[in-house]
Amino acid sequence: MSADVVERALALSRADGCVVVAGETGRVDLRWAGNSLTTDGAARDLSVVVISVVDGAVGVRSASSADDLEDLVRASEAAARAGSPAQDAGPLVEGPAAADFGEPAPAVSIDVLDRFARELGASLSGARSDGLRLYGYASHTVSTTWLGSSTGLRLRHSAPTGYVELTAKDDSPGGSSWAGTSTRDWTDVDVPALDAELRRRLSWGRRRVDLPAGRYETLLPPSAVADLMVSTYWHMAGRDAAEGRSPFSRPGGRTRVGERLGPPGLALRGDPHDPELATTPFAVATSSSSMSSVFDNGLPLAATDWVADGQLAALVETRATAHERAVPVTPYVHNLSLDGGGTASTDEMVACTERGLLLTCLWYIREVDPQTLLLTGLTRDGVFLVEEGEVVAAVNNFRFNDSPVDLLGRVTEVGRAERTLPREMSDYFTWVRMPTLRVPDFHMSSVSQAS
Amino acid sequence: VPALDPAFLALPLREAAATGLTAGAEAGASHVDVRVQRLRGQDLSMRDGRLESLHDGVSAGLAVRVVVDGTWGFASSSVVTVEEAARLARQAADVARTARPLNADPVELADEPVHRDQTWLSAYDIDPFEVEPSQKTALLGEWSRRLLGSPDVSHVDVSLEQVLEQTFYADSAGTATTQQRVRMQPRVLATRVDPSGSFESMRTTAPPVGRGWEYLTGTGWDWDDELDQLPERLAEKARARSVEPGRYDLVLDPTNLWLTIHESVGHATELDRALGYEAAYAGTSFATLDRLGTLRYGSPVMHVTGDRTTPHGLSTVGFDHEGVAAQEWDLVRDGVLVGYQLDRRMARQNAQVLGGGRSNGCAYADSHAHVPLQRMPNVSLQPAAGGPSTQELIAGVERGIYVVGDKSWSIDMQRYNFQFTGQRFYEIRAGRLAGQLKDVAYQASTPEFWGSLDAVGGPSTYLLGGAFNCGKGQPGQIAPVSHGCPVALFRDVSVLNTAQEGGR
Repeated sequence: MSADVVERALALSRADGCVVVAGETGRVDLRWAGNSLTTDGAARDLSVVVISVVDGAVGVRSASSADDLEDLVRASEAAARAGSPAQDAGPLVEGPAAADFGEPAPAVSIDVLDRFARELGASLSGARSDGLRLYGYASHTVSTTWLGSSTGLRLRHSAPTGYVELTAKDDSPGGSSWAGTSTRDWTDVDVPALDAELRRRLSWGRRRVDLPAGRYETLLPPSAVADLMVSTYWHMAGRDAAEGRSPFSRPGGRTRVGERLGPPGLALRGDPHDPELATTPFAVATSSSSMSSVFDNGLPLAATDWVADGQLAALVETRATAHERAVPVTPYVHNLSLDGGGTASTDEMVACTERGLLLTCLWYIREVDPQTLLLTGLTRDGVFLVEEGEVVAAVNNFRFNDSPVDLLGRVTEVGRAERTLPREMSDYFTWVRMPTLRVPDFHMSSVSQAS
Repeated sequence: VPALDPAFLALPLREAAATGLTAGAEAGASHVDVRVQRLRGQDLSMRDGRLESLHDGVSAGLAVRVVVDGTWGFASSSVVTVEEAARLARQAADVARTARPLNADPVELADEPVHRDQTWLSAYDIDPFEVEPSQKTALLGEWSRRLLGSPDVSHVDVSLEQVLEQTFYADSAGTATTQQRVRMQPRVLATRVDPSGSFESMRTTAPPVGRGWEYLTGTGWDWDDELDQLPERLAEKARARSVEPGRYDLVLDPTNLWLTIHESVGHATELDRALGYEAAYAGTSFATLDRLGTLRYGSPVMHVTGDRTTPHGLSTVGFDHEGVAAQEWDLVRDGVLVGYQLDRRMARQNAQVLGGGRSNGCAYADSHAHVPLQRMPNVSLQPAAGGPSTQELIAGVERGIYVVGDKSWSIDMQRYNFQFTGQRFYEIRAGRLAGQLKDVAYQASTPEFWGSLDAVGGPSTYLLGGAFNCGKGQPGQIAPVSHGCPVALFRDVSVLNTAQEGGR
């Protein structure tokens, strides 16, 4: 795909308004299990989406080829003509043509993983000789988007997203550990360091104790906090809250914006220009929902505080929902950071723990009660008992039932925020920065015998 | 009578395959397969009777998979041309060479008869893509208004996902198959917002199916009946007493049980999980290969089959994505683990333990962009011939809960500890229904739960449930799958109160 496809489609359009989003994604990946490769691949994917607006009604058609572009444009217009005015109808975003709009998508080759694959090979043979088993996945994707509109927008964004996840297992009962990291270019991925961290955590499992279900003081590490915060973020549609059907609703069509959710100083924020977490700096929506509007395509995104100084500061608002309820426009941003100004590392937080649990990550997180955002899920790949400042044993896994919204209000310590990988959401939501949280009473509902 | 979509047949299927197969062999591959996959999708959502979004799209592409020096290589692209097929074959061989040093287990594939030029179409009457969107929004809008007319319904969300999927597959052994199937997932959610600020919702229990537009107009489901009853059922749920946690006998309706089967039997009998291939992602299984033929999975009335042949099943095909013909087999018989879900590599690698050496046809890739993995067939609990009705099962329960519809689900990495909720929970007292309860979740460990299976219903209670979006693998893939089951009675299961779980 290319900028040219966008221009050609816009030139063909006979609708009142038209937005064209072309995309090209290149991906290479490696996957391994039990110290050996399982799958690999290289993929190049193309897409073009034509959004036509006629009398406020929308027609959306997409294809993976621009070969029949005129048919695509006409089908999109026909769908708009047959439709009725959209709930979110409004003017399309106007704007300038970006200087880099005409640039092509960067090529992606398996070569980007060359050094990583060699280092991984060394880790796999080290694991073989030491009686460990390594499992994992490495993926490098470059996504390029061109967005043009009949109102003059010509925007392009291209960014690489890479990540690696490693799981190590040994023959001790339940012995399993996990580490993961995101990367742009693989130069900062240190396989020997990840390997060493996995082995350090496995060594904590030499002593194992069984603990029952209950409420425990728990250190939730950055990856676990990331999965909980992304789940929370995905429930932060302002419209749902105002309609009374969200954890952020108040009676009478109001929302909980302004209410205290967490300790003073706590900030949950999205920022497309965050140097560490940079993401697409303009809105891209190929369908409308309570979180997005096709009319907002191309809207510049800015740093947004969802929680500021511990208080709920904003919910996700499209231009349409913001206008309807006279609140600021705060579109969805595809990254997330939680920061309470803490400076303690996870190890330092362990060192000042009298008795508690240290988790590695969470898994299979699902909503149980939308009213309170009660979530259930499992601890995974390492639960550790901390006593008098030291990890003293590995513990069985648990099923938790707890609400991340409630939990923010119970936090007693916020550690240093660091870039992390949400274990469960990594393929949908890679760019996050989170602290370790100390929760005095995290609710472990039952024991899981899984490892 | 449905016919193959001319837009798919217009792609250079055979030409690209021939070129890809030749180029792969020239690049040193001992096995090559070429797949062209095309997905036509239309997603429609309505919010309170107004169209929220309607996205209509086509995605097509070409994939070449090779075995070079005993290592997989895979490459794919959205461009379906002869030239691209040759390029992808060479690229797949390059990927295999990069990955070769990481591979300790040479790839060998189970034998499969050559299926020359086979064509297969799923069973449906009306191609949903031949129906005008305005007709769809008119019907779903009418459903919405009907519900919104009730004082007990504050909001109505309707969604309809429709997929037309075509696959052409050819391999270096000479198999060539062309297939087309259709699936639909309509859902209606009614929400009641109380002036006090609390809210409660209820979703229709109609399953996603491999049927056409006829599914929305009376074939396979009584929509009028379910929609007519929804407001009153929702109001009763909002007023219902919060459950007292403890142990109860559970009568699970097929609309709830299908998902419990999916998670605790379907995923647990995937051989790639049992072998640890998913240990870093989807997870493993307690039902390991060394326990085949001996693991007591559940009570003797438990008989679970795998199949890719059930009419209207979401996993039903003619041939899988490795050219293996669709079949049906036992996974659990008389309560004992007797089978797994296989692809050609695992079938060959574990031939001795499996007592076979042939694949049962579970390879599937969700698009051209992804490599085929072992994915779930339709995994179904068989009813008892002459077995009881739902009423008869309920009559045998002193203190229990009858659970209808699926909602929240979660299960651990080895498929032991699970927690499910539902849409409706009816208290059973002395063999009779005694109104709805709310805040119910049941939690159990798989072998204990299936061991507590006391009775399965008769064939008249059997329903094919299922899901569109079963996730597995990295890069992540989704797969549609159906699960048939009768109503079933489980004794003495742990029930939680979800409000109390949340500390309230």
